Amino acid sequence: MKASAFAYARATSLANALELLATHGDKAKVLSGGQSLIPAMNLRLVSPELIVDIGDLGELRGIAVKGETLVIGALTRHADLLKSSHIVKCAPLLAAAVAHVAHPAIRNRGTIGGSLAQADPASELPACMLALGATIVVRGKGGERRIAAEEFFTGIYETKLGPQDLLVAIEVPVASPGSAHFFQEFARRHGDYAIVGLAAQVMRQGDRFADLRLGFFAVGDTPVLAKAAAAMLTGAAITPELLAEASAALASELNPHEDQQATPAMRRHLARVLLARCLATLLNRPDLQTGAGV
Amino acid sequence: MTTPVSISLTVNGERVEAHVLPRLNLADFLREHLKLTGTHVGCEHGVCGACTVRVGGEIVRSCLMLAVQVNGAAIETIEGLSDSGEIADLQAAFRDRNALQCGFCTPGMLMAAQDLLRENGKPTREEIREHLSGNYCRCTGYHAIIDAVENAALARTEPQA
Repeated sequence: MKASAFAYARATSLANALELLATHGDKAKVLSGGQSLIPAMNLRLVSPELIVDIGDLGELRGIAVKGETLVIGALTRHADLLKSSHIVKCAPLLAAAVAHVAHPAIRNRGTIGGSLAQADPASELPACMLALGATIVVRGKGGERRIAAEEFFTGIYETKLGPQDLLVAIEVPVASPGSAHFFQEFARRHGDYAIVGLAAQVMRQGDRFADLRLGFFAVGDTPVLAKAAAAMLTGAAITPELLAEASAALASELNPHEDQQATPAMRRHLARVLLARCLATLLNRPDLQTGAGV
Repeated sequence: MTTPVSISLTVNGERVEAHVLPRLNLADFLREHLKLTGTHVGCEHGVCGACTVRVGGEIVRSCLMLAVQVNGAAIETIEGLSDSGEIADLQAAFRDRNALQCGFCTPGMLMAAQDLLRENGKPTREEIREHLSGNYCRCTGYHAIIDAVENAALARTEPQA
């Protein structure tokens, strides 16, 4: 189908974009890379009266390291993330995840800010933000707000962004030496939205985890930081029995949906498989993958 | 403001000036306004890849861009790549390997395949599969397409006799 008619405004500055949003509120939609918004408009799932195109706002584009923080502009495209040496060095989890986001032609247009604002619970980057402990930087009528990723995602396609807000940047703590990551997802086809996925950022201490952040996605209305499972696995010697207990805790932390791809039971099972693979990979313990945990 | 917006761009090297409604997507602009019908419109929501074109040298879904967004951009379509001879060998490889039946997906496949070969002269079959994973073919079952791209890549990297 074709999108219904709308008015179009090309924002000339950040201030101009915020003015347009302040005036038009929820009648307007922000156009960034358009790789989620335009399909939704073509399917007539959304019919905004006004499109505010922020594509020309160069100040929202780019990746920089400021001290211990990696700052990613909202308009930074997936393709830019994939090619960035800053990302590989400071947030390798993100580099691993972006390779799973859609296909080359989509990654050439889609932006990190757009993906986070869209907040599709089956998409990769929101879960990465949870695992990385990122901060989402938002400008609105009242000035700038900084929202922890854990607070930002509130429901299916829902975030703390109000109709007059613009997501301007993402701040990610630079990965500390000795940290490690794991990213894997189940999808019917490479580049599809996940059936279930896991983005994990950890600190190891010998054969244990000093810190473990497990960001699951496609397991409910929002990406989920599996805190109960992580708490059980932090600081402890990882045995197959402990993994089994943590897996049980994980299953009760998730609230997956049924759709044409999988039942909730299948999604819980796949999440447990990913947890076992994550631990086995990061601790180099193949025994954990065949243990009772799965 | 639902009135037409004027845009100025180049398409296959030629300057184009137009007045377009904001809702017009790039694929329809190319097909309906410029009569460049090699760019195919399949799913209209970014899934099938039949509408793949180059904007500023990078492949994109033309169904997921508005014509108003390409103001000032340089667009290349399958007609441009075909007429310039840039993909003549890929086209021949597709023909030789029977990598098309109905041909609907072929322009998008060629755009995506050429994009890969420009970045990576010696892709593995897995890399070819991955780069074309966003392009649907409903006839050939993909193997012949991957063969054709692989053959074209090999031929390009062979030392000239």
